[in-house]
Amino acid sequence: MKNFLEARHITKRYANHVALSDVSISVPAGQIFGLLGPNGAGKTTLIRTLNRITMPDEGQILFDGHALCPADIHNIGYLPEERGLYRKMKVGEQAIYLAQLKGLSSKEAKARLTEWFERFDIMPWWNKKLEELSKGMQQKVQFIITLLHRPQLLILDEPFSGFDPVNAQQLKQEILRLRDNGHTIILSTHNMESVEQMCDTIALINHSQVVLGGEVDDIRRQHRTGLFQATLHEGTLAGEPGLYEVEPAESRHGEHNYLIRNTGGLANSDLCIRLARQAQLVSFCEKLPTMNEVFLKVVGENAKWSDQQIENKQDK
Amino acid sequence: MNKILIVIRREYLRRVNKKSFILLTILLPVLMVGIVAVPIWLGGISSDKQQTVAIVDDTQQYAQAFRDTPDYHFIRTTSPEEQFKSEDNEVEAVICIRPSDRPNMPDVKIYSRQEVQGMLLNTVKQTVNAIVQQKKLEASGVENLEQILADLSQPVDIGTYKWTEDGAQQSSNTGIAMASGFLLTFLIYLFVLSYGSMVMQSVIEEKTGRIVEIMVSSVRPFQLMMGKIIGIMLVGLTQMAVWGVFLALFLSLGGQIKGISGSDIADMFAAVQGLPLAEMGIMFLLMFLGGFLLYASFFAAVGASVNEQEDSSQFVMPVMLVMIFAIYAAMAAMENTNGPLAFWASIFPLTSPVVMMVRLPFGVPLWQELLSLALLFATSVLMVGVGAKIYRIGILMYGKKPSLKEIGKWLRY
Repeated sequence: MKNFLEARHITKRYANHVALSDVSISVPAGQIFGLLGPNGAGKTTLIRTLNRITMPDEGQILFDGHALCPADIHNIGYLPEERGLYRKMKVGEQAIYLAQLKGLSSKEAKARLTEWFERFDIMPWWNKKLEELSKGMQQKVQFIITLLHRPQLLILDEPFSGFDPVNAQQLKQEILRLRDNGHTIILSTHNMESVEQMCDTIALINHSQVVLGGEVDDIRRQHRTGLFQATLHEGTLAGEPGLYEVEPAESRHGEHNYLIRNTGGLANSDLCIRLARQAQLVSFCEKLPTMNEVFLKVVGENAKWSDQQIENKQDK
Repeated sequence: MNKILIVIRREYLRRVNKKSFILLTILLPVLMVGIVAVPIWLGGISSDKQQTVAIVDDTQQYAQAFRDTPDYHFIRTTSPEEQFKSEDNEVEAVICIRPSDRPNMPDVKIYSRQEVQGMLLNTVKQTVNAIVQQKKLEASGVENLEQILADLSQPVDIGTYKWTEDGAQQSSNTGIAMASGFLLTFLIYLFVLSYGSMVMQSVIEEKTGRIVEIMVSSVRPFQLMMGKIIGIMLVGLTQMAVWGVFLALFLSLGGQIKGISGSDIADMFAAVQGLPLAEMGIMFLLMFLGGFLLYASFFAAVGASVNEQEDSSQFVMPVMLVMIFAIYAAMAAMENTNGPLAFWASIFPLTSPVVMMVRLPFGVPLWQELLSLALLFATSVLMVGVGAKIYRIGILMYGKKPSLKEIGKWLRY
């Protein structure tokens, strides 16, 4: 598959620490790419590098097949984690101004903005000052502004923070719709559930380096822990020493769910056959780890709280 | 459209469309004229009610000297002052003049039901003093003393003239030159500081409002900073232009009434028109541009470095001190606009915009003007470069207030 964006061997050093060390990522075209990592791992620096806000010390960024150049920022929509717009400026005026800076003519910006506002039924906001809107409304406005110039690449940093569940769901659908329309999306988030639901590929950054990357399904398979779940209506299952262990059943609504730990390295089908001999199986499936579990395992559950945050604040 | 133009346009229009700006720009000149004109006008109106003042003069020497004024009508009486104490008479005050122990020195007292007005007190003082003085002169016995004294009090009249380049003599007015010089000094000080700190406000607003990250993902930080500085500079120039038009109108109107009004005012206008107005105007503009660029880029760097308004004072303070020094230097330089203080302070780029202004009405050699401008603009360009570097890093830095050392480090990135 064609990569829309590639970062190759990006290194960025600040006075006292290295923010990015030989970071390479490949973002396939038309997919949602999850950029994960604990706070202070270097995500923001990477995102700023992709936006040409900061320049890398080493490395190269390929954008749609060519080296990233100033004109490409017209093709990037960026929603920073720290949201902010001009508080005293009217919503419509502000959106048009920001779209003009992304290369749109004021007429074009106005037409597109009208379209969006009508679609979300928020035309009355047009002449309101931003500070008159609620936080959720401001978020929506900012999301629209991010998209107004129809960028091929969208970089969304924690897009769901500050939204209530209903609006978050709406936003999620909007993002998926954008992907279906051919936009490439980089999604940076701590919400692992949404990563599983939305992302096709991910990169996990920890301590300034990419420590994990690839397709979400592959990664989950790679981190399989040999756990299986078997469901029975009647009968019981017991472990076979040296091959697999069975944990006591959990019964609900007449179904008995067993957790089976494959300790002997049996192939899935062998395990299935051995279990089927013991009782009538209703279902048998492998329990793949959630992205949350993968994240915790890779980053380390006992990573220190203070690890990077302080370092991150200083000497950028 | 070029992005820097888009930024300039927004910064400019947003400010110029503000009601407060429009009001200030139009009202201030009106207010200034008002502040000068209204008291003069009001002072000219005398009260329509003449008050009656009774004079009880036991010496019989002073009462006849009192003449009615628009405010007071004097009546002479011999009845004792207690008679006027009651409310039911028209007499506002009673002046009692009695002989005292000393010769030619009466004992004067004023009685009234209210506090005695300063105007009445002055009238009485002047009238009585004049007679006392005259009596004392007569008592001295020197012949023609009055004449001699009148001679003595003649002031010497010094006319000041300036030789113009074509050899003609032109009447000049040192007072007007000093006043106009100081006016320009004050204006440039005001403009550079108020519009410079407007740049800082605006940068802090963008930084604390977290809008800056979106902005720099669309425009380069340098474009954003310069757009802001130039936009705000244009606002300043707009205000100046409006005031300039007011001033030109005022001067040309003044020129027209010159014929009919008093010779003092006519002289004043002649003196103003005798100043190198074009040179002053051009230098004012250039010095403002250079000075503003210098200070505004400094202020932009400060705004970018701090996280909130309060933190900025540490950095702004030294600059304010320099500006205040410049104002004092300008005041000192006014006495001798070609002295060493005036010269050096009007060449040194941090003070030159302010100090050069006092010198201009007295004439400054062209080479000094050019040297001063060249130094000012060179320093401005340097400051823009330094400011842009600090700005670029600072606007994306949150957290604790950076130390000077850290800011120094940013310069090397």
